[in-house]
Amino acid sequence: MLDVDIRIALPEFSLHACFNAPNGITAICGPSGSGKTTLINALAGTVRPDQGHIRMDGAVFFCADSEICVPTEKRRIGYIFQDARLFPHMTVAQNLMVGRRFQHLPNDPALFHEIVQMLGIGSLLSRRPSRLSGGEKQRVAIGRALLAEPQLILADEPLSSLDAARKDEILPYFETLRDQKALPIVYVSHQPDELKRLANTTLTLDQGVLGQESN
Amino acid sequence: MSDWLSPAEAEAVWLSLKVAFWATLASLPFGIWVAWVLARKEFWGKSLLNGLVHMPLILPPVVTGYLLLMLFGTQGAIGRWLAEIGIVFAFSWTGAVLAAAIMAFPMLVRAIRLSIEAIDRRLEDAARTLGASPRQRFFIITLPLALPGVVTGSILAFAKALGEFGATITFVSNIPGETRTVPSAIYSFMQVPGGEDSALRLVLFAIAISMLALILSEWLAKRVAQVVEGR
Repeated sequence: MLDVDIRIALPEFSLHACFNAPNGITAICGPSGSGKTTLINALAGTVRPDQGHIRMDGAVFFCADSEICVPTEKRRIGYIFQDARLFPHMTVAQNLMVGRRFQHLPNDPALFHEIVQMLGIGSLLSRRPSRLSGGEKQRVAIGRALLAEPQLILADEPLSSLDAARKDEILPYFETLRDQKALPIVYVSHQPDELKRLANTTLTLDQGVLGQESN
Repeated sequence: MSDWLSPAEAEAVWLSLKVAFWATLASLPFGIWVAWVLARKEFWGKSLLNGLVHMPLILPPVVTGYLLLMLFGTQGAIGRWLAEIGIVFAFSWTGAVLAAAIMAFPMLVRAIRLSIEAIDRRLEDAARTLGASPRQRFFIITLPLALPGVVTGSILAFAKALGEFGATITFVSNIPGETRTVPSAIYSFMQVPGGEDSALRLVLFAIAISMLALILSEWLAKRVAQVVEGR
Protein backbone atom coordinates (compact mmCIF):
# COMPACT_ATOMS: atom_id res chain seq x y z
CA MET A 1 0.00 0.00 0.00
CA LEU A 2 1.27 3.41 -1.00
CA ASP A 3 0.35 6.14 1.44
CA VAL A 4 0.67 9.70 0.17
CA ASP A 5 -0.05 13.04 1.78
CA ILE A 6 2.00 15.82 0.23
CA ARG A 7 1.89 19.50 -0.62
CA ILE A 8 3.99 21.05 -3.38
CA ALA A 9 4.04 24.77 -4.17
CA LEU A 10 3.92 25.35 -7.94
CA PRO A 11 4.15 28.72 -9.70
CA GLU A 12 0.44 28.79 -10.60
CA PHE A 13 -1.13 26.92 -7.70
CA SER A 14 -0.38 24.63 -4.80
CA LEU A 15 -0.64 20.87 -5.27
CA HIS A 16 -2.18 18.90 -2.47
CA ALA A 17 -2.40 15.14 -2.87
CA CYS A 18 -3.70 12.85 -0.16
CA PHE A 19 -4.51 9.28 -1.16
CA ASN A 20 -3.77 5.59 -0.64
CA ALA A 21 -2.89 3.28 -3.50
CA PRO A 22 -3.45 -0.39 -2.69
CA ASN A 23 -2.38 -3.22 -5.02
CA GLY A 24 -3.97 -2.72 -8.43
CA ILE A 25 -4.24 0.34 -10.64
CA THR A 26 -4.83 3.73 -9.09
CA ALA A 27 -5.37 6.12 -11.97
CA ILE A 28 -4.65 9.80 -11.79
CA CYS A 29 -6.36 11.85 -14.45
CA GLY A 30 -6.81 15.52 -15.09
CA PRO A 31 -6.22 18.14 -17.78
CA SER A 32 -2.69 18.98 -18.84
CA GLY A 33 -1.07 21.42 -16.46
CA SER A 34 -3.05 20.07 -13.51
CA GLY A 35 0.08 18.76 -11.81
CA LYS A 36 -0.10 15.07 -12.77
CA THR A 37 3.52 14.79 -13.81
CA THR A 38 4.70 16.76 -10.77
CA LEU A 39 2.78 14.36 -8.54
CA ILE A 40 4.21 11.21 -10.15
CA ASN A 41 7.71 12.71 -10.09
CA ALA A 42 7.31 13.37 -6.38
CA LEU A 43 6.51 9.67 -5.96
CA ALA A 44 9.58 8.82 -8.06
CA GLY A 45 11.77 11.14 -6.05
CA THR A 46 12.78 13.60 -8.74
CA VAL A 47 10.57 16.33 -7.26
CA ARG A 48 10.83 17.08 -3.54
CA PRO A 49 7.53 17.99 -1.87
CA ASP A 50 7.37 20.89 0.57
CA GLN A 51 5.28 19.18 3.20
CA GLY A 52 3.84 15.81 4.17
CA HIS A 53 4.96 12.23 3.69
CA ILE A 54 5.15 9.36 1.19
CA ARG A 55 5.26 5.85 2.63
CA MET A 56 5.38 2.52 0.88
CA ASP A 57 4.43 -0.53 2.98
CA GLY A 58 5.87 1.11 6.06
CA ALA A 59 9.10 2.24 4.37
CA VAL A 60 9.42 6.00 4.32
CA PHE A 61 10.18 7.52 0.88
CA PHE A 62 9.68 11.07 2.03
CA CYS A 63 8.93 12.74 5.31
CA ALA A 64 9.14 16.51 5.62
CA ASP A 65 9.11 16.46 9.43
CA SER A 66 12.13 14.19 9.79
CA GLU A 67 13.76 15.54 6.59
CA ILE A 68 13.90 12.16 4.90
CA CYS A 69 13.93 12.07 1.11
CA VAL A 70 15.09 8.73 -0.25
CA PRO A 71 16.83 9.20 -3.64
CA THR A 72 15.10 7.80 -6.73
CA GLU A 73 17.61 5.00 -7.22
CA LYS A 74 16.93 3.61 -3.74
CA ARG A 75 13.11 3.62 -3.93
CA ARG A 76 12.79 0.40 -5.95
CA ILE A 77 10.20 1.81 -8.31
CA GLY A 78 9.41 0.69 -11.83
CA TYR A 79 8.78 3.78 -13.94
CA ILE A 80 7.12 3.29 -17.32
CA PHE A 81 7.58 6.42 -19.38
CA GLN A 82 5.52 7.84 -22.23
CA ASP A 83 8.46 7.20 -24.54
CA ALA A 84 9.92 3.80 -23.71
CA ARG A 85 13.42 5.16 -23.08
CA LEU A 86 15.16 1.89 -23.80
CA PHE A 87 18.95 2.09 -23.81
CA PRO A 88 19.94 2.18 -27.50
CA HIS A 89 23.37 0.59 -26.99
CA MET A 90 21.92 -2.55 -25.41
CA THR A 91 19.94 -5.45 -26.81
CA VAL A 92 16.42 -6.12 -25.58
CA ALA A 93 17.76 -8.84 -23.26
CA GLN A 94 20.37 -6.47 -21.84
CA ASN A 95 17.74 -3.78 -21.36
CA LEU A 96 15.58 -6.26 -19.48
CA MET A 97 18.43 -7.27 -17.17
CA VAL A 98 19.94 -3.84 -16.57
CA GLY A 99 17.86 -2.99 -13.49
CA ARG A 100 19.01 -6.18 -11.76
CA ARG A 101 22.57 -5.34 -12.76
CA PHE A 102 22.28 -1.86 -11.25
CA GLN A 103 20.89 -3.26 -8.00
CA HIS A 104 23.19 -6.29 -7.87
CA LEU A 105 20.23 -8.67 -7.82
CA PRO A 106 21.08 -12.27 -8.74
CA ASN A 107 19.78 -13.70 -12.01
CA ASP A 108 16.32 -15.19 -11.78
CA PRO A 109 15.74 -17.27 -14.93
CA ALA A 110 12.22 -18.26 -13.83
CA LEU A 111 11.11 -14.65 -13.37
CA PHE A 112 12.84 -13.66 -16.62
CA HIS A 113 11.01 -16.41 -18.48
CA GLU A 114 7.68 -15.54 -16.85
CA ILE A 115 7.89 -11.85 -17.76
CA VAL A 116 9.16 -12.50 -21.30
CA GLN A 117 6.23 -14.92 -21.80
CA MET A 118 3.70 -12.54 -20.29
CA LEU A 119 4.76 -9.70 -22.58
CA GLY A 120 5.35 -11.87 -25.66
CA ILE A 121 8.83 -10.49 -26.29
CA GLY A 122 10.70 -13.80 -26.55
CA SER A 123 11.48 -13.31 -30.23
CA LEU A 124 12.89 -9.82 -29.71
CA LEU A 125 15.60 -10.58 -27.13
CA SER A 126 18.62 -10.20 -29.38
CA ARG A 127 17.35 -7.08 -31.17
CA ARG A 128 18.36 -3.49 -30.54
CA PRO A 129 15.66 -0.93 -29.63
CA SER A 130 16.14 0.84 -32.98
CA ARG A 131 14.72 -2.28 -34.65
CA LEU A 132 11.51 -2.40 -32.59
CA SER A 133 8.08 -0.95 -33.28
CA GLY A 134 6.55 1.54 -30.84
CA GLY A 135 4.38 -1.12 -29.23
CA GLU A 136 7.26 -3.57 -28.92
CA LYS A 137 9.40 -0.90 -27.29
CA GLN A 138 6.74 -0.20 -24.70
CA ARG A 139 6.33 -3.92 -23.93
CA VAL A 140 10.08 -4.22 -23.39
CA ALA A 141 9.98 -1.11 -21.19
CA ILE A 142 7.29 -2.73 -19.03
CA GLY A 143 9.41 -5.87 -18.78
CA ARG A 144 12.50 -3.87 -17.89
CA ALA A 145 10.63 -2.17 -15.04
CA LEU A 146 9.19 -5.46 -13.74
CA LEU A 147 12.47 -7.39 -13.81
CA ALA A 148 14.03 -4.87 -11.44
CA GLU A 149 11.52 -6.26 -8.90
CA PRO A 150 9.94 -2.93 -7.98
CA GLN A 151 7.66 -2.49 -4.98
CA LEU A 152 5.69 0.21 -6.83
CA ILE A 153 4.96 0.83 -10.50
CA LEU A 154 4.61 4.35 -11.87
CA ALA A 155 3.26 4.82 -15.38
CA ASP A 156 3.14 8.29 -16.92
CA GLU A 157 0.74 8.23 -19.89
CA PRO A 158 2.37 5.04 -21.18
CA LEU A 159 0.03 4.74 -24.17
CA SER A 160 -0.24 8.35 -25.29
CA SER A 161 2.53 8.17 -27.87
CA LEU A 162 0.98 5.11 -29.57
CA ASP A 163 -1.71 4.97 -32.25
CA ALA A 164 -5.04 3.25 -31.61
CA ALA A 165 -3.95 -0.18 -32.86
CA ARG A 166 -0.79 -0.11 -30.73
CA LYS A 167 -2.82 0.99 -27.71
CA ASP A 168 -5.04 -2.07 -28.08
CA GLU A 169 -1.85 -4.11 -28.28
CA ILE A 170 -0.51 -2.78 -24.95
CA LEU A 171 -3.70 -2.39 -22.88
CA PRO A 172 -4.10 -6.13 -22.17
CA TYR A 173 -0.59 -6.22 -20.70
CA PHE A 174 -1.54 -3.61 -18.14
CA GLU A 175 -4.64 -5.65 -17.32
CA THR A 176 -2.44 -8.71 -16.80
CA LEU A 177 -0.08 -6.66 -14.69
CA ARG A 178 -2.97 -5.41 -12.57
CA ASP A 179 -4.49 -8.87 -12.10
CA GLN A 180 -1.37 -11.02 -11.70
CA LYS A 181 1.16 -8.87 -9.86
CA ALA A 182 0.43 -7.82 -6.30
CA LEU A 183 1.77 -4.33 -6.81
CA PRO A 184 0.40 -0.83 -6.43
CA ILE A 185 0.38 0.81 -9.85
CA VAL A 186 -0.03 4.57 -10.13
CA TYR A 187 -1.19 5.25 -13.66
CA VAL A 188 -1.38 8.77 -15.06
CA SER A 189 -3.58 9.35 -18.09
CA HIS A 190 -6.26 11.63 -19.45
CA GLN A 191 -7.95 9.06 -21.68
CA PRO A 192 -11.37 8.11 -20.17
CA ASP A 193 -11.65 4.87 -22.17
CA GLU A 194 -8.22 3.73 -21.01
CA LEU A 195 -9.04 4.47 -17.39
CA LYS A 196 -12.45 2.84 -17.51
CA ARG A 197 -10.84 -0.38 -18.68
CA LEU A 198 -7.83 -0.38 -16.37
CA ALA A 199 -8.40 1.56 -13.17
CA ASN A 200 -9.54 0.10 -9.86
CA THR A 201 -9.71 3.63 -8.50
CA THR A 202 -9.63 6.93 -10.37
CA LEU A 203 -8.45 10.13 -8.79
CA THR A 204 -9.02 13.41 -10.61
CA LEU A 205 -6.52 16.20 -10.28
CA ASP A 206 -7.78 19.69 -11.00
CA GLN A 207 -5.76 22.82 -10.26
CA GLY A 208 -3.77 20.87 -7.70
CA VAL A 209 -6.76 19.45 -5.84
CA LEU A 210 -7.24 15.69 -5.84
CA GLY A 211 -10.77 14.29 -5.80
CA GLN A 212 -11.69 10.62 -5.56
CA GLU A 213 -14.21 8.54 -7.43
CA SER A 214 -14.34 4.77 -7.33
CA ASN A 215 -15.27 2.57 -10.23
CA MET B 1 60.60 2.49 -43.59
CA SER B 2 64.41 2.71 -43.56
CA ASP B 3 64.36 2.23 -47.35
CA TRP B 4 63.03 5.69 -47.93
CA LEU B 5 63.71 7.43 -44.62
CA SER B 6 67.22 7.98 -43.26
CA PRO B 7 67.89 6.71 -39.70
CA ALA B 8 67.60 10.26 -38.34
CA GLU B 9 64.25 10.75 -40.08
CA ALA B 10 62.92 7.37 -38.99
CA GLU B 11 63.98 8.16 -35.43
CA ALA B 12 61.95 11.39 -35.49
CA VAL B 13 58.92 9.58 -36.93
CA TRP B 14 58.99 6.83 -34.29
CA LEU B 15 59.55 9.32 -31.49
CA SER B 16 56.62 11.40 -32.72
CA LEU B 17 54.36 8.35 -32.82
CA LYS B 18 55.46 7.34 -29.30
CA VAL B 19 54.96 10.83 -27.89
CA ALA B 20 51.54 11.26 -29.54
CA PHE B 21 50.39 7.81 -28.41
CA TRP B 22 51.26 8.41 -24.76
CA ALA B 23 49.99 12.00 -24.82
CA THR B 24 46.57 10.79 -26.04
CA LEU B 25 46.35 7.78 -23.74
CA ALA B 26 47.46 9.66 -20.63
CA SER B 27 45.09 12.58 -21.13
CA LEU B 28 42.06 10.46 -22.07
CA PRO B 29 40.68 9.68 -18.56
CA PHE B 30 41.08 13.28 -17.42
CA GLY B 31 39.72 14.53 -20.75
CA ILE B 32 36.59 12.38 -20.41
CA TRP B 33 36.08 13.63 -16.88
CA VAL B 34 36.49 17.31 -17.83
CA ALA B 35 34.17 16.86 -20.84
CA TRP B 36 31.54 15.25 -18.62
CA VAL B 37 31.80 18.00 -16.01
CA LEU B 38 31.46 20.69 -18.71
CA ALA B 39 28.54 18.90 -20.38
CA ARG B 40 26.54 17.87 -17.33
CA LYS B 41 27.39 20.05 -14.35
CA GLU B 42 26.60 23.64 -13.46
CA PHE B 43 28.98 25.18 -10.97
CA TRP B 44 30.71 28.40 -10.09
CA GLY B 45 33.82 28.84 -12.22
CA LYS B 46 32.60 26.70 -15.10
CA SER B 47 33.46 29.29 -17.73
CA LEU B 48 36.88 29.64 -16.09
CA LEU B 49 37.50 25.89 -16.45
CA ASN B 50 36.23 26.02 -20.02
CA GLY B 51 38.58 28.91 -20.75
CA LEU B 52 41.51 27.13 -19.15
CA VAL B 53 40.92 24.00 -21.22
CA HIS B 54 40.74 25.97 -24.46
CA MET B 55 43.62 28.30 -23.64
CA PRO B 56 46.33 26.25 -25.45
CA LEU B 57 44.27 26.62 -28.62
CA ILE B 58 44.54 30.40 -28.53
CA LEU B 59 47.78 31.17 -26.70
CA PRO B 60 50.98 31.33 -28.76
CA PRO B 61 52.44 27.81 -28.29
CA VAL B 62 55.70 29.38 -27.16
CA VAL B 63 53.81 30.87 -24.21
CA THR B 64 52.45 27.46 -23.24
CA GLY B 65 55.97 26.04 -23.50
CA TYR B 66 57.33 28.88 -21.38
CA LEU B 67 54.68 28.28 -18.71
CA LEU B 68 55.43 24.56 -18.74
CA LEU B 69 59.11 25.33 -18.23
CA MET B 70 58.25 27.62 -15.32
CA LEU B 71 56.06 24.98 -13.72
CA PHE B 72 57.66 21.68 -14.66
CA GLY B 73 61.31 22.58 -15.30
CA THR B 74 63.85 21.18 -12.83
CA GLN B 75 63.74 24.54 -11.03
CA GLY B 76 60.00 24.97 -11.63
CA ALA B 77 57.34 25.19 -8.94
CA ILE B 78 56.03 21.66 -9.54
CA GLY B 79 59.06 20.24 -11.36
CA ARG B 80 61.39 20.76 -8.38
CA TRP B 81 59.04 18.81 -6.18
CA LEU B 82 58.49 16.06 -8.78
CA ALA B 83 62.25 15.73 -9.33
CA GLU B 84 62.62 14.69 -5.70
CA ILE B 85 60.42 11.66 -6.30
CA GLY B 86 62.24 10.88 -9.53
CA ILE B 87 59.84 12.31 -12.14
CA VAL B 88 61.61 14.60 -14.57
CA PHE B 89 59.94 16.27 -17.54
CA ALA B 90 62.62 18.76 -18.56
CA PHE B 91 64.55 17.86 -21.73
CA SER B 92 63.07 14.39 -21.74
CA TRP B 93 60.61 12.68 -24.08
CA THR B 94 58.10 12.56 -21.21
CA GLY B 95 58.17 16.36 -21.25
CA ALA B 96 57.31 16.23 -24.95
CA VAL B 97 54.37 13.98 -23.98
CA LEU B 98 53.21 16.56 -21.42
CA ALA B 99 53.47 19.44 -23.89
CA ALA B 100 51.67 17.50 -26.63
CA ALA B 101 48.95 16.37 -24.22
CA ILE B 102 48.21 19.93 -23.11
CA MET B 103 48.20 21.27 -26.67
CA ALA B 104 45.88 18.47 -27.86
CA PHE B 105 43.60 18.62 -24.82
CA PRO B 106 41.09 21.17 -26.23
CA MET B 107 40.35 18.96 -29.24
CA LEU B 108 39.94 15.89 -27.07
CA VAL B 109 37.58 17.58 -24.62
CA ARG B 110 35.55 19.33 -27.30
CA ALA B 111 34.74 16.15 -29.24
CA ILE B 112 33.79 14.19 -26.11
CA ARG B 113 31.79 17.06 -24.65
CA LEU B 114 29.68 17.43 -27.81
CA SER B 115 29.08 13.70 -27.77
CA ILE B 116 27.92 13.72 -24.13
CA GLU B 117 25.71 16.76 -24.72
CA ALA B 118 23.99 14.90 -27.54
CA ILE B 119 22.92 12.06 -25.20
CA ASP B 120 19.29 12.23 -24.11
CA ARG B 121 19.46 12.99 -20.39
CA ARG B 122 16.15 11.23 -19.93
CA LEU B 123 17.99 7.96 -20.52
CA GLU B 124 20.11 8.73 -17.45
CA ASP B 125 16.90 9.53 -15.53
CA ALA B 126 15.43 6.21 -16.64
CA ALA B 127 18.56 4.43 -15.37
CA ARG B 128 18.07 6.17 -12.05
CA THR B 129 14.55 4.82 -11.65
CA LEU B 130 15.99 1.34 -12.29
CA GLY B 131 18.33 1.75 -9.34
CA ALA B 132 21.52 3.04 -10.97
CA SER B 133 23.97 4.94 -8.76
CA PRO B 134 25.68 8.01 -10.26
CA ARG B 135 28.77 5.91 -11.01
CA GLN B 136 26.68 3.21 -12.74
CA ARG B 137 24.83 5.84 -14.77
CA PHE B 138 28.15 7.16 -15.99
CA PHE B 139 29.90 3.89 -16.77
CA ILE B 140 26.92 1.84 -18.03
CA ILE B 141 24.87 4.52 -19.83
CA THR B 142 26.71 7.80 -20.51
CA LEU B 143 30.21 6.61 -21.39
CA PRO B 144 29.19 3.85 -23.86
CA LEU B 145 26.81 6.27 -25.59
CA ALA B 146 29.59 8.88 -25.81
CA LEU B 147 32.00 6.41 -27.41
CA PRO B 148 31.81 7.97 -30.91
CA GLY B 149 33.05 11.26 -29.42
CA VAL B 150 35.76 9.50 -27.43
CA VAL B 151 37.04 7.83 -30.61
CA THR B 152 36.95 11.01 -32.73
CA GLY B 153 38.50 13.08 -29.97
CA SER B 154 41.31 10.58 -29.43
CA ILE B 155 42.23 10.44 -33.10
CA LEU B 156 42.18 14.21 -33.50
CA ALA B 157 44.19 14.64 -30.31
CA PHE B 158 46.70 12.06 -31.57
CA ALA B 159 47.09 13.94 -34.86
CA LYS B 160 47.41 17.26 -33.06
CA ALA B 161 50.00 15.81 -30.66
CA LEU B 162 51.96 14.48 -33.64
CA GLY B 163 52.23 17.98 -35.05
CA GLU B 164 53.01 19.87 -31.86
CA PHE B 165 56.08 22.08 -32.27
CA GLY B 166 56.14 25.43 -30.44
CA ALA B 167 55.41 24.33 -26.87
CA THR B 168 57.55 21.22 -27.24
CA ILE B 169 60.69 22.95 -28.50
CA THR B 170 60.33 25.70 -25.87
CA PHE B 171 59.81 23.27 -23.01
CA VAL B 172 62.06 20.30 -23.84
CA SER B 173 64.27 21.65 -26.64
CA ASN B 174 65.23 19.68 -29.74
CA ILE B 175 67.40 16.73 -28.71
CA PRO B 176 67.85 13.99 -31.34
CA GLY B 177 66.35 10.72 -30.17
CA GLU B 178 64.89 12.27 -27.03
CA THR B 179 62.69 15.25 -27.95
CA ARG B 180 63.28 15.75 -31.69
CA THR B 181 59.83 14.90 -33.03
CA VAL B 182 58.89 15.27 -36.69
CA PRO B 183 58.14 19.03 -36.58
CA SER B 184 61.40 19.73 -34.70
CA ALA B 185 63.28 17.52 -37.14
CA ILE B 186 61.82 19.39 -40.13
CA TYR B 187 62.88 22.65 -38.53
CA SER B 188 66.41 21.30 -37.90
CA PHE B 189 66.81 19.89 -41.41
CA MET B 190 65.83 23.25 -42.85
CA GLN B 191 68.66 24.88 -40.90
CA VAL B 192 71.44 22.69 -42.35
CA PRO B 193 72.75 22.76 -45.94
CA GLY B 194 71.54 19.72 -47.88
CA GLY B 195 68.73 18.96 -45.45
CA GLU B 196 65.96 19.97 -47.86
CA ASP B 197 65.24 16.41 -49.04
CA SER B 198 64.91 15.12 -45.49
CA ALA B 199 62.66 18.04 -44.60
CA LEU B 200 60.47 17.38 -47.64
CA ARG B 201 60.09 13.68 -46.82
CA LEU B 202 59.02 14.48 -43.28
CA VAL B 203 56.64 17.17 -44.53
CA LEU B 204 54.99 14.60 -46.80
CA PHE B 205 54.77 12.21 -43.86
CA ALA B 206 53.12 14.93 -41.73
CA ILE B 207 50.58 15.74 -44.45
CA ALA B 208 49.76 12.09 -45.03
CA ILE B 209 49.26 11.25 -41.36
CA SER B 210 47.09 14.35 -40.74
CA MET B 211 44.86 13.56 -43.70
CA LEU B 212 44.63 9.92 -42.66
CA ALA B 213 43.67 10.90 -39.11
CA LEU B 214 40.89 13.20 -40.32
CA ILE B 215 39.43 10.60 -42.67
CA LEU B 216 39.79 7.81 -40.11
CA SER B 217 38.15 9.77 -37.31
CA GLU B 218 35.23 10.70 -39.54
CA TRP B 219 34.73 7.11 -40.68
CA LEU B 220 35.24 5.55 -37.26
CA ALA B 221 32.87 7.97 -35.56
CA LYS B 222 30.12 6.98 -38.00
CA ARG B 223 30.89 3.30 -37.63
CA VAL B 224 30.99 3.41 -33.82
CA ALA B 225 27.76 5.42 -33.71
CA GLN B 226 26.10 2.72 -35.83
CA VAL B 227 27.34 -0.02 -33.53
CA VAL B 228 26.34 1.87 -30.38
CA GLU B 229 22.83 2.60 -31.63
CA GLY B 230 22.40 -0.79 -33.25
CA ARG B 231 21.51 0.51 -36.71
